[in-house]
Amino acid sequence: MTMTEPGSEARTVEIHFENVSKVFGRDEDGGGGFRAVDDLTLDIYAGEMVAILGKTGCGKSTMFNMIAGLQEPTTGRVEVKGRDPFSQFDWFRGQIAIVFQNDRLLPWRTAIENVELGLEMLDRPPAERREIAQRWLTKLGLAGHENDYPHALSGGMRQRVSIARAFATDASLLLCDEPFSALDEITANRLRDEFSALVRENGKTAVFITHSINEALQIGRRVVVLRRPARIALDERLPETLSRDEQDAMRARIQTILSE
Amino acid sequence: MASASTVATRISKRVAIAVAPFIVLALVWQIASFGLPRYLVPSLVDVFWRTTDILTDWTQFRSALATAGRIMAGMIGAFVIGVALAFVMERSRAADKFLGPTLNFFQGIPALSWVVFAIIWFKGVETRILFIMIITTLPAFTFQILGALRGMSKDLLEMTLSFRPSRWKMFKVMILPSILPDILTAWRVNLGNASRVVVVAELVGATGGVGYELLQQQQLFDMAGALAWTLQLVIFVLVTQKIISGIETWAFKYRAQSERAL
Repeated sequence: MTMTEPGSEARTVEIHFENVSKVFGRDEDGGGGFRAVDDLTLDIYAGEMVAILGKTGCGKSTMFNMIAGLQEPTTGRVEVKGRDPFSQFDWFRGQIAIVFQNDRLLPWRTAIENVELGLEMLDRPPAERREIAQRWLTKLGLAGHENDYPHALSGGMRQRVSIARAFATDASLLLCDEPFSALDEITANRLRDEFSALVRENGKTAVFITHSINEALQIGRRVVVLRRPARIALDERLPETLSRDEQDAMRARIQTILSE
Repeated sequence: MASASTVATRISKRVAIAVAPFIVLALVWQIASFGLPRYLVPSLVDVFWRTTDILTDWTQFRSALATAGRIMAGMIGAFVIGVALAFVMERSRAADKFLGPTLNFFQGIPALSWVVFAIIWFKGVETRILFIMIITTLPAFTFQILGALRGMSKDLLEMTLSFRPSRWKMFKVMILPSILPDILTAWRVNLGNASRVVVVAELVGATGGVGYELLQQQQLFDMAGALAWTLQLVIFVLVTQKIISGIETWAFKYRAQSERAL
């Protein structure tokens, strides 16, 4: 789907939410239940790096799961690359890569075997898989740890392996669900910078879910703030560089919205 | 780092602790054999020679192998059916609701009752034994594998699913490695059960096997022979357990080792 983004040239819509609601635990007669997402409408364009921000339990992860095709909206329409990610689940093989909140490495696979996972699903030949996985591990500073099992790696290293696993498939859409929230601040900061650079270098569309305002401002070129249940409270495109004052002003604005 | 001699001492200590109960048991038996009639408590020397006889005489050894074969055939059959049922129960709530209580009901039926049913229902001896072995170990296999499937990490499952694997790849990459520990445990547990049931099954109608031989020893009032045949079964179970342990050591080398025991 190609449409014109306000104030810019025509760009392809990568993710399209149209009046989407998601209700969990609905009774058989349609009543009751917990409304995680409420009438959400949002377009994310190809090549954008969007930070989706909201308090815990505001439906960010539900929204994320719907983009990933792991959950189906109760009402409304979700489209990724013009298709329904839930009903056309297999079509998205190799199109979407996910970095989860925790590393989710398979404990029975070594670091390099974990990075190869997505490539294995794409039926890439073993030698090519190995070469790509090795390249990404080296890029993320994990050369020499290829044959280590996850339990032998630190939290930061494990998360790097999971980032390498996501990038290795060369998917055009990257979904990240608070991937650095379990790490210490120094490691998380370093990984955020590395991650942003990689997304830019490789021309990906990235959706970054977070509950940290600082993280959203550090990573996102567009910040979407959600109220509970998931409804857009703020949708702002940020300039390439923000001055300290602009950052403070934006932070204060988001804080006000989140505390409402 | 521990020196070679410290490691050797530690290993010998472990071996001594593992063997000690058997040595004590053997000593008590041997002492008892001096004061009690031979047909009640035979000397361990007699038992040893009878055991050696069985292991070295092909006709007798074949009988022991027949029992081992029946155990394995029954367990493989129960395992294959159990895996299929567990997958069906995991995928379908209706199947779970139907099969769960049915298998529970089967579990309550004594092995001896199945022996009687098998004699009435089937003509061939091997068919009867195979049926008994499968039906008595099936519920445990099914429930253990079902438990393993339900206990798989949802996080890892979702992560793997996010790559959109084919069914076969999902099974190979995620499901099999996840449930393998429980599969091996199920084999360990069911091996003990199967080795007890097979004797009962062979008591009725079989013309060979440990159960049949035990019946012969009972009729001859030969306690040394009864013990020697029992030992064949115990040896088979121990060897199989050792093989399973070997598979576990190889397959689970990825697991972190804690320096402190539980």
